[in-house]
Amino acid sequence: MIGLEHYLTVAAALFVIGIFGTFLNRKNVIILLMSIELILLSVNINLVAFSAFLGDLAGQVFTLFVLTVAAAEAAIGLAILVCFFRSRGTIAVEDVNVMKG
Amino acid sequence: MLQLILFLPLIGALVAGFGWRIVTERGAQWVATGLLFVACFFSWVVFLTFDGELTKVSIMPFIESGTLTTEWAIRLDRLTAIMLIVITTVSALVHLYSFGYMAHDENFRDGESYKPRFFAYLSFFTFAMLALVTADNLVQMFFGWEGVGVASYLLIGFYYRKPSANAAAMKAFVVNRVGDFGFALGIFALFFLTDSIDFDTIFAEAPALAGINLEFLGISWDATEVVVLLLFIGAMGKSAQLLLHTWLPDAMEGPTPVSALIHAATMVTAGVFMICRMSPLVEFAPDAKSIIVFIGASTAFFAATVGLVQNDIKRVIAYSTCSQLGYMFVAAGVGVYSAAMFHLLTHAFFKAMLFLGAGSVIHAMHHEQDMRNYGNLRKKIPYTFWAMMIGTLAITGVGIPLTHIGFAGFLSKDAIIESAWAGTLGGYGFWMLVIAALFTSFYSWRLIFLTFYGEQRGDRHTHEHAHESPMVMLIPLGVLAIGAIFSGMVWYGSFFGSHDRVNAFFGIPTHHAASEDSHGEGLGAAVEQAAEGDAEGALDAVTEDPGHAEAGSAADSAHAVPSHAAGIAPQGAIYMAPENHVMDDAHHAPVWVKVSPFVAMLIGLLTAYWFYIVNPERPRQLAAAQRPLYLFLLNKWYFDELYNFVFLKPAFWIGGFFWKKGDGKTIDGGINGLAMGIIPFFTRLAGRAQTGYIFTYAFAMVIGAAILITWMTIGGAD
Repeated sequence: MIGLEHYLTVAAALFVIGIFGTFLNRKNVIILLMSIELILLSVNINLVAFSAFLGDLAGQVFTLFVLTVAAAEAAIGLAILVCFFRSRGTIAVEDVNVMKG
Repeated sequence: MLQLILFLPLIGALVAGFGWRIVTERGAQWVATGLLFVACFFSWVVFLTFDGELTKVSIMPFIESGTLTTEWAIRLDRLTAIMLIVITTVSALVHLYSFGYMAHDENFRDGESYKPRFFAYLSFFTFAMLALVTADNLVQMFFGWEGVGVASYLLIGFYYRKPSANAAAMKAFVVNRVGDFGFALGIFALFFLTDSIDFDTIFAEAPALAGINLEFLGISWDATEVVVLLLFIGAMGKSAQLLLHTWLPDAMEGPTPVSALIHAATMVTAGVFMICRMSPLVEFAPDAKSIIVFIGASTAFFAATVGLVQNDIKRVIAYSTCSQLGYMFVAAGVGVYSAAMFHLLTHAFFKAMLFLGAGSVIHAMHHEQDMRNYGNLRKKIPYTFWAMMIGTLAITGVGIPLTHIGFAGFLSKDAIIESAWAGTLGGYGFWMLVIAALFTSFYSWRLIFLTFYGEQRGDRHTHEHAHESPMVMLIPLGVLAIGAIFSGMVWYGSFFGSHDRVNAFFGIPTHHAASEDSHGEGLGAAVEQAAEGDAEGALDAVTEDPGHAEAGSAADSAHAVPSHAAGIAPQGAIYMAPENHVMDDAHHAPVWVKVSPFVAMLIGLLTAYWFYIVNPERPRQLAAAQRPLYLFLLNKWYFDELYNFVFLKPAFWIGGFFWKKGDGKTIDGGINGLAMGIIPFFTRLAGRAQTGYIFTYAFAMVIGAAILITWMTIGGAD
């Protein structure tokens, strides 16, 4: 029987993969975006799992909103990326360090 | 009317100081002077119609804090009335005189406006001085005390382009600070002891204070002695007594009318006034009184010796003032406060006149102040000559011995010398004063002979252009001359006559009753005095008992509550303890004592005549023969040099140390080290920790969130 714990475990695993994806990745900004998507998805799984567990539909409705926001965010992120590539000629993460004074 | 007297000068000062652009320069001068003359007129009305009864006019609440409740009130008694006429008369005349004296002044450039400022300062000074003498409590008096200090500072430094004037102004202010510190401590001590600063309360508690001791530095001090000494230190500063006198001669840097008003007639007598005002307290401090006599007599002697050899005409008169103030303190110290006030009154007239006369001479001689460059001026400036002559006759004490006919100084100075003889049993104070009287006579006549007799010396051009001063300067001289001639004879009886007359004049109800009752101790004696005063007042029509209704009711209430600790404030403007018989003893002084100041005056006159008329070479020979002594006197006993060495040098050294080492090295060095060494070091460390990659910061954020959540999960259980 697949219980709540299994869903939570999967979500936690996805979350940690996403986190590590953001800061261990040195190559590509697109991978950063994908990692963020993973984190959002893990959150969605949590929401749906608890929704089913508690018999409250609000969680699933919330998930739909999060998916919408994630889609919009991905679109904006990719658009920024295109602009960034046009101005800098690269999307390598290692080169994005203008914040260092 | 009293409020008008007090506030008219203030209004004059404000109008002249701030409104002169509206009322024009000339208008400002007339407003200030006119208001002063009105105040002067009212003062004379108050003085002449005053019946000896203590009057209080409340103006507004002053300070209310904790147990301290006090109000701003005018206290009118005989002391105040005397001071009112002295201040307003001299001030009004000096205002008038300043029209002429300040008309042209090369210390200011063309088109510069300095006259309204001068008149505003003069009027402000007058207001502050009136506030001082009308004070009903010590803090109010302190307000006036500091107010006159400020005015004095402003006026000494009036020629602000002269570095010497600025230095003198600062010196006056700083030296007075020393005295004021003592005065302030005295006020604190009195508040600590009596829980009040009102004169009435303090005076009522005075007999009880005599037995109290203060513990300080492990030694037990008598409370009254300490308080009186502290107050006297304040008086020493203001009245330029020995040790704190150094500012007065330097204060002559100010314009001459200022010297006449502030540094001769009024402000410097504030100390004497204060001691007389505090007489109910002073009477219970015999040791402090001896110190007052000692300091006063020493000052009289010291200043007179220095006056013998000074060449600046104003400095001679300045030392003369210092010396005469010593006389007044001796009189107050031996307990004859009325004689001190008498000399204060007469001295104000003749000394103001001498100063204004000197100003007239200086004016005539184009601001030449060195007497060695004068000579034979009596034909050129006859009115000034006669004024100075009258002033000199008054200050040296010319009169007919053993009668009460003579110039003002003759009566008041002799009164003090007789009191000194009676009060010190013919000791130090008496002899110092007689010798000082001899010197006074010498230097005063020396001034006259050098200035008005002999042959012309100095710049011939200046002598040819010497001219008599305008009428606005001569009228004040004339008015003061009347005071210098007659004020002694008119008021001798009131100030130093028989006990009854003095008591009636000062509104003291019961003196002879109290002197019969020879042991005055605290409440009992006070009640008896008050009660007997009542009876006396009813019986004796001559002794107009001012407050007999009041005294009677006070006695009743005291009888009703016999165990009440506080005594009753003594009636009358001054208080002489029942066992204080100095004034009576002075009246019965032997003939040789009464004649001695006259003889001293004659010796001084003849010596001066011989030195400066008969044999003008003699002073130079004497100075050459006695060179060390001459230099010692010329340099004012080296007081300035001594203070320079003892106080100024160490103060400068400490100041330099704190500036260079303390401020420069420690504070600036510390801040510079912190800002330029330590902070950049840490900045570099922190900068090296930055990568600039967003994910690093994101990681730090996630780790932080994880730690926080963990901490909350584990620790948040309870």
